[in-house]
Amino acid sequence: MPDGSIVRPYGDTTGDGMIQTSFTLPVPMGPKAEGAALQLATKMGIEPAMVVHSHAIDSGYTFFVVYGSVKHLVDLDEVHVEERAYPLLTSGEVNGAIKGRLHRELVVLGACIGTDAHTVGIDAILNVKGFAGEKGLEYYREMAVTNLGAQVTVPELVARARADRADAVLVSQVVTQKDAHLRNTRELAAAFREAMGESRPLLVVGGPRFDPAMAGVLGVDKVFGRGTTPGEVASYLIHALIPNEETAA
Amino acid sequence: MSSLNLDPTLVARARELAALAAQPVIDLAHRHTTVSVERAVLRLAGLTGTDPVTGEGRTEDRVPWVNRVVDAVRDQVGLESGVALPVWHALASGAAPDLQTLAEQVGAGTARFAVPDGVQAERAQEAASAAAAAGIARIDANRRRREELVALHGDPPRRPWIYLIVATGDIHEDIPQAQAAARAGADVIAVIRSTGQSLLDYVPEGATRTGYAGTYATQENFRLMRAALDDVSAELGRYVRLTNYASGLCMPEIAVLAGLERLDMMLNDAMYGILFRDINPKRTFVDQRFSRMVHARAGIIINTGEDNYLTTADAVDEAHTVTVSQLLNETLAKEAGLEDWQLGLGHAFEIQPDLPESFRLELAHALLARTLFPDAPLKWMPPTKHMTGDVFRGYLLDGFFNLAGALTGQGILLVGMMTEAVVTPWLSDRDLALRNVRYVLNAAGNLAEDFAPPPGGFIDRRAHTVLTEAVDLLGRIADHPEGLIQAIADGTFGITKRPIDGGKGLGGVVELGPDAYNPALELLEAKETSHA
Repeated sequence: MPDGSIVRPYGDTTGDGMIQTSFTLPVPMGPKAEGAALQLATKMGIEPAMVVHSHAIDSGYTFFVVYGSVKHLVDLDEVHVEERAYPLLTSGEVNGAIKGRLHRELVVLGACIGTDAHTVGIDAILNVKGFAGEKGLEYYREMAVTNLGAQVTVPELVARARADRADAVLVSQVVTQKDAHLRNTRELAAAFREAMGESRPLLVVGGPRFDPAMAGVLGVDKVFGRGTTPGEVASYLIHALIPNEETAA
Repeated sequence: MSSLNLDPTLVARARELAALAAQPVIDLAHRHTTVSVERAVLRLAGLTGTDPVTGEGRTEDRVPWVNRVVDAVRDQVGLESGVALPVWHALASGAAPDLQTLAEQVGAGTARFAVPDGVQAERAQEAASAAAAAGIARIDANRRRREELVALHGDPPRRPWIYLIVATGDIHEDIPQAQAAARAGADVIAVIRSTGQSLLDYVPEGATRTGYAGTYATQENFRLMRAALDDVSAELGRYVRLTNYASGLCMPEIAVLAGLERLDMMLNDAMYGILFRDINPKRTFVDQRFSRMVHARAGIIINTGEDNYLTTADAVDEAHTVTVSQLLNETLAKEAGLEDWQLGLGHAFEIQPDLPESFRLELAHALLARTLFPDAPLKWMPPTKHMTGDVFRGYLLDGFFNLAGALTGQGILLVGMMTEAVVTPWLSDRDLALRNVRYVLNAAGNLAEDFAPPPGGFIDRRAHTVLTEAVDLLGRIADHPEGLIQAIADGTFGITKRPIDGGKGLGGVVELGPDAYNPALELLEAKETSHA
């Protein structure tokens, strides 16, 4: 291990800068393709670069494996990491947290509100099938999940949340025409505030056009943007509803 | 071929219990129809196209005529008698010269439907039967055409067949990728569907270029891809098969379109939609039976979805649920007329690789399936759950998966990607994956000949344990008053509870009346006599 804040990749000697990479170029295999690979590697800062392997894919492509020393330096003092406000938990950890700290099932309601018929978002988060290789919340043994589907009215949602004693209400909004998603979300927040006040469930909204920084302005607890996975939502629910006293302190 | 010496009494008991558990499902399917089954009848009779005033500009959002007609019949006279009687009664009464014109009258709001009786009903039945028979004749012709092409170009030179997925969202990008994959050694091309298509209650139309993480299943996309694979089959001297998905809310219609466009395999599971997509159980069971009858007629090989259980549950603890589901899928498939060679029963290589003896356990599970279903082309699915983004480890794991497939005589091998859970496969990912398969099959493809796990050994004992657990679970399912239906409602499959009246698509299920008539069902049920 070097002492300073400057590091280079490590092959077998400190400071050798060795990396390996692989890529495909849309060039038929041959000396020209190999030259092209070397040119790319050089532009990537690999100097000297060695094309250690190449083979043709179909007739017009060539696959390369390249080794070499990269000239770039990493300054650890300039590495800044955005920390998530809560840890990402596995499904086992989520179930364990609910069982150990809540001592009952965590009740989750999901819906698309207004005229929005696009259930792709809420289904991706709730259905067992899930999204991005992660299973949806229905898969979590300690959660009681109900997916109310599309075009649920806000009063229906409030009534159902009250009847089911929901801990969290998840709403997805895809349609953004004339800012419908923002208007619907404000209406949702106002209705829950009016009907249930402080005892309202946790309100979580999500959709591809939401800005995660808008939760406060919209009157909800959390806003998730594009690409959110079920595991992130589950981890957030645990963080917000049943924080671990030791780490929350 | 390697196999195990399973206790024949236990095997017979497993099949008996599966039949018992499935009987309420079969009874339920006989008593109901669905909007999708009825739309499938109209598709067989040749109704195509979409209502041009719907869809807000995007062709794939337009409502198909089959939906408009079935909805209109339902609004006016209900679907208890099926769609055929009122539709062909309207045609026979001279309301419209043909089905397409009648659909346009529905669009204009001028079509009037009534359920005929007596002589008028007989006349409508005859006309409906002739119309549906034309579609079935086209499916039969496609089956014969496939047989001719297989005879001409040949089957893949060995088992397992190599199955590769293409999924760009754009049919015109999919085609060159599928052809490249075939040239690189793929025997079967599957075109993954766009995210969420399974929850659409209509089948989009046209050549589509805008799917998300997959390409819409449409009749035109089916046609384009099959034609492209016919070209590449001729070029390679090997018939390259095409696969799509008869699942979700439009299972029966997709099955018909697959038959009409000569697809060769279809994903079709009895329970997947219920458990993983929260589709209503009644809807699924009714749709599933009809779609499988169409597949049986079309000579299509179905692929079942047992691999999915293992992506949600532990692959060792829940190994027996795979066996149970295979047995249920088998019994339901046979009732629908499918034969053993058409049953691509699924299973997967999903045991935690850090578990001691994980590979031996995989071999035991794979051999159990092979031995239980000796004449079925089992569908062997690669690791996904324990693919972590460490692509080097993933490549090794896929190598072991390929070896297990060769060693246990699997019929269809879905090629694993080292970039699983990282990116949708790149050109180079597919190429490397096929190199992995080729190496293993070339180096060890005939190793099954030398591989005979000794009786009483680890593999033999493990297979026996899993089969015993499967028989126990089947016994519990069969004990439920409504068999499989109640077992699913109670969460027996360990994933989630799916009550009979919950989930999507229940609104599209209709209990049949005494005069119900479905010309397609009648013709398909007569299959045994005509084909035998």
